[in-house]
Amino acid sequence: MTHSDIEAQVGPVQVRGTVLTVRRVDAYYAMTLVAPAIAARFKPGQFITLAVGGPDTSMLLSRAFSIHDVRPDHGGTVEFVFAIQGRGTQWLAERRARDVLDVTGPLGRPFPVPRDPASCLLIGGGYGSAPLFALADKLRERKCDIDFLLGAANGDRVFGALTARRTGRSATITTEDGSLGVRGVVTDMLDQVIHDGRTDVIYACGPMPMLRQITALARRYDIPVQAAVEEAMACGVGVCMTCVLPVIGSDGITRMSRSCVDGPVFRGEQVRWDEIGTIPFDAFGAPGWEPRTRRAAEATSQSGGHRSGPGGSRRGRAAEPEAEVAAENSTEPGRSAGGGRPGQAARAGGRQPGRQTHGG
Amino acid sequence: MAVDLRARLGHVELPNPILTASGCAGAGRELAQFMDVSKIGAVVTKSVMLAPRAGRPTPRMAETPSGMLNSIGLQGPGIDTFLQRDLPWLLSRGARAVVSIAGSTVAEYADLAGRLSDAAGVTAIEVNISCPNVEHRGQVFACDTGSSSSVIEAVRSRARYDIPVFAKLSPDVTDIVAIAKACVSAGADGLSMINTLLGMAIDTDTMRPHLAGLTGGLSGPAIRPIAVRCIWQVREALPGVPIIGMGGVRTGRDALELILAGASMVSVGTTIFHDPAACVRILRELEEELTARGIERVADVVGLAHQSRSLPARALSPSAGVRRT
Repeated sequence: MTHSDIEAQVGPVQVRGTVLTVRRVDAYYAMTLVAPAIAARFKPGQFITLAVGGPDTSMLLSRAFSIHDVRPDHGGTVEFVFAIQGRGTQWLAERRARDVLDVTGPLGRPFPVPRDPASCLLIGGGYGSAPLFALADKLRERKCDIDFLLGAANGDRVFGALTARRTGRSATITTEDGSLGVRGVVTDMLDQVIHDGRTDVIYACGPMPMLRQITALARRYDIPVQAAVEEAMACGVGVCMTCVLPVIGSDGITRMSRSCVDGPVFRGEQVRWDEIGTIPFDAFGAPGWEPRTRRAAEATSQSGGHRSGPGGSRRGRAAEPEAEVAAENSTEPGRSAGGGRPGQAARAGGRQPGRQTHGG
Repeated sequence: MAVDLRARLGHVELPNPILTASGCAGAGRELAQFMDVSKIGAVVTKSVMLAPRAGRPTPRMAETPSGMLNSIGLQGPGIDTFLQRDLPWLLSRGARAVVSIAGSTVAEYADLAGRLSDAAGVTAIEVNISCPNVEHRGQVFACDTGSSSSVIEAVRSRARYDIPVFAKLSPDVTDIVAIAKACVSAGADGLSMINTLLGMAIDTDTMRPHLAGLTGGLSGPAIRPIAVRCIWQVREALPGVPIIGMGGVRTGRDALELILAGASMVSVGTTIFHDPAACVRILRELEEELTARGIERVADVVGLAHQSRSLPARALSPSAGVRRT
């Protein structure tokens, strides 16, 4: 529950973070900040927000970036990956060592992780893969097998291909121009990777259409998907109500949920992907929703929601409860979801306000 | 020596004049992670409506030069949840709650005022009249003296006598002083200004409007001069009416500017989106600005710009001290 999360003592902090390094990584930039309090609280899938442009900036909205990695050096550092998409990210790329930034985090619900060893498929689109590597480390501690499936427009934009190949049980790369790995998109390879890896659970982070397709394909196999979404944010902390999307709750009612605090990681089947950018007629508080609420709830519970896939489901059913139990019964204070939030980070980075509006 | 920061919200005394702006702080809970919500003058809640509301489709936000457009559509859980969950939480934290209300008919506003009056602990009601009036072809209440005064009159008559009622004015009007006078005549104990200005942005790549709702409310430092002008004009016309000023306040100096124009209290809004602890920072900065000018009580400088127009400019420079008339 969001509000208990917020009140728990493990919540986010707002700090002055000192830039340690800014470096090019293929088509992207990676920035490392010294921010011990954030590093200490981090769980894979969480993100940070940064104020950009300095004290007299004309860019008022926070920029959100998923956390790629934390390290213990200098008391605790936080690394994130970004692309120059506008003036805000341009400004960030021009920061140098010892510059000080106003940074808030870690924010959002992390990826839930299975309690017992499972075969995990980690899917990233573009630099949406950035949060997946910290997740992989955590999954590995739990003796999970890790397969990577990374895709982008071209080889320059596949973030972390080398690390994936070095650390994953398998690593499948797709590029739309064929410059690295298989020509195509990640969903072209999904069936094969699931079969080869006997996947129990999928973690995905990247653009919305990719997450939607992954969720649809995984449903055929009864494999749960933990998807970190991309939605434009203004504040990142839950007050502005900008980053909402229709999410089906455990009571069967769809709510316009905030991706920054209710996500960025959602169970794929709970997101009404096709209706993002709309207010579904049966959403809580939609015009005329009241008389329909009961019917909507019944319809949802009848369609059974998720796992009624006719074929498929080999081991997905067995694996899903693990992930869900871990997520819902986690005893970690303040974080009912135990794992990570790949999607949000990717989304946050990919659709940061600057890019969407006036040149980021 | 510490500056006396106490401010009066109608007959209610607040420890200091810095408030959150409605819609930029939820009901305080999220920001409590970053600051002590009891340390600021009051938390002004996101506008509460009678029924739950899903709001508008996304995209709901566009960044503009020194500003942003929003088209949220008053998403919220409704008054029942607010009274069960949000108000008790604010009170449990020792925060003062100024509850913003919004409706689409006069009766809805009145019902909300009644519900809030039955609950304990509401410090004041701020009436968001920048909503479409469904009984008047969807024209915004705040754009019409008759509609504005109907709402304020209904709220004032249903609200408990000891709860101050503030009308939040829109700057998108021909004559804000006329609306302000209508609201005060209808019983408003004070005025909040300014709400956002209606704006629009078009994405030149997609060649479509940025916002799903097409138009949105412009906020941020871009609108601060308009806030100063509106506060100035209303203060000039109604010098005895307390004003909560808001519009692009980013620093203590900005807050002081609105106070000099005539605001007794200042709400902080959009700046919270890149600095969640902005309210306590601005409070600290305001105290520093006052100290630097040798001012002992913030109440002494409310509207001072009106009185000091004939003073030599150097008398108002920092550290020079302020001459009292």
